[in-house]
Amino acid sequence: MNYTELEKLCHQVRRDILRMTHRVNSGHPGGSMGCTEYMVSLYFKHMKHQTAFSMDGKNEDIFFLSNGHISPVFYSVLARSGYFPVDELNTFRKLNSRLQGHPATHEHLPGVRMASGSLGQGLSVACGAALAKKLNHDPQTVFTLHGDGELQEGQNWEAFMFAAHQKIDNLIAAIDFNNKQIDGNVSDVMSLGNLQAKIEAFGWETTVVEDGNSLGEIDGALNYAKSRLGNGKPIALILKTKMGYGVDFMEDDHNWHGKAPNDEQLARALSQIPETLGDY
Amino acid sequence: MQKFDFSQKKATRDGFGQGLLEAGKNNDKVVALCADLIGSLKMDAFIKEFPERFFQCGVAEANMIGTAAGLTIGGYIPYTGTFANFSTGRVFDQIRQSIAYAGKNVKICASHAGLTLGEDGATHQILEDIAMMKALPNMTVINPCDFNQTRLATMAIADYPSPVYLRFGRPSVPNFTSATDEFVIGKALQLTVGTDVSIIATGHLVAKAIEAAYVLEEKGISAEIINIHTIKPLDTEAVLASVRKTKCVVTAEEHQKNGGLGESISAVLAQYHPAPQEFVAVNDTFGESGTPDELMKKYHLDTPDIVDAALKAVARKKA
Repeated sequence: MNYTELEKLCHQVRRDILRMTHRVNSGHPGGSMGCTEYMVSLYFKHMKHQTAFSMDGKNEDIFFLSNGHISPVFYSVLARSGYFPVDELNTFRKLNSRLQGHPATHEHLPGVRMASGSLGQGLSVACGAALAKKLNHDPQTVFTLHGDGELQEGQNWEAFMFAAHQKIDNLIAAIDFNNKQIDGNVSDVMSLGNLQAKIEAFGWETTVVEDGNSLGEIDGALNYAKSRLGNGKPIALILKTKMGYGVDFMEDDHNWHGKAPNDEQLARALSQIPETLGDY
Repeated sequence: MQKFDFSQKKATRDGFGQGLLEAGKNNDKVVALCADLIGSLKMDAFIKEFPERFFQCGVAEANMIGTAAGLTIGGYIPYTGTFANFSTGRVFDQIRQSIAYAGKNVKICASHAGLTLGEDGATHQILEDIAMMKALPNMTVINPCDFNQTRLATMAIADYPSPVYLRFGRPSVPNFTSATDEFVIGKALQLTVGTDVSIIATGHLVAKAIEAAYVLEEKGISAEIINIHTIKPLDTEAVLASVRKTKCVVTAEEHQKNGGLGESISAVLAQYHPAPQEFVAVNDTFGESGTPDELMKKYHLDTPDIVDAALKAVARKKA
């Protein structure tokens, strides 16, 4: 898929995120919009995956969302990929929906392999799934996405250590480094310090994407990361994104972490994003 | 009353080690993880036989639980091994989200449960693990009583596609159950037939319940011993059938009274067949350092405590 087509998808996914969260007056649009380019790049360009969903994901690339609160972007990308009907996005966060506030396997939504929401657990799960691929002689890759604030959870650092020690080199973990969390800037709430140096010190290879909302930069970084698979080290991508990217009044503002747009804000936001593939 | 052969003593954790090796031989999807306690968990034999199916996780239990959950995606049946304290309380949220809620087929295998861990003291003597695990939807809780039963349970859970908490212990205890009987998850075992009191016991307290029954027999009281190895799902039919007959019950476990087997039995009786119940359990306190025998005596989990509880239960029934 070329950049023009990917960009159209990004526009439509952002519209989905805004409309889903607005409809139930809850959810997490900020991080979802910041990670839209990465998720679209994974599912529409870089991952080899099948929408005929199997939990085991044998012989396909699989993805885990560790920062489960950005479920709107995950659900939109899954629906737009064909895992389930796009109309089902209408049920997000409603009673009896498969689209729970945070991703779950309990309701059997195709495309979701692990519950997430309580932070810091996804990297460990990805390590296990990557080890299972090795045991199965499955050559495909495990991808993940984590928040930066989420890295304050200690379990991540257990997993960083474990992955390097076990030489889990079929894993590409991405960190949404927008420097935003609920209470403000990550650097103010509890700084991650030199994140790249820390992750490298744990024995990983790292690549920094200076503009994590650039489809071209993401493409280059993923191509490079994939070229480094199988070299005995896990790989981390540090994506410098902007929370709320794509809507001027939401951009780079931590207040949009977990707040839905109201009617007026939705109208203003949608006016900035073209409807490219049809709203659900 | 039937006599049981207590001459052979073995630790339940050795039963786990043996069962894990055999489960690994029977099913090539069985894998094992350990958090720096291979020797204590008796996992050496499995590791020697299947080195590529073992993952040392270091002293990082949260990651071990998550990694185990991930290994199920790809079709594996992970057995995690560490002390009961670090298998539950330390990683409750990881178990809740990544295993129980996510419905992942992980076997959480926990040794050194309860007071009989001994001299290490209360930091390691978890007495709240059954409470935590039985509270989780999707979680099966198994607490076998001796080497043979632990070995059989360890093998049986491989063929049971559900999260399981398997609890066992450190000390050598009488090995008296059959080595060849089928282990049926969720099925209580009636060890003796009695008419005056039901003694419903789990784990290390089963052997003590048998010793108590000998003493009670001398006092003219006929005790029916029910061995509950699966605390959840509970075999309510077996419990009710026995208590309907004996009309009173003693529950015995190496765990807090709060949240333990006794409370599960109470819930069944309160709803279907109210009857006098006495609890042999730790009563809202932490343990301390000491030998296992000293601790079981001090915290009233010993044979005479079961005898006293049975006498009380019988007296209440008559009152």
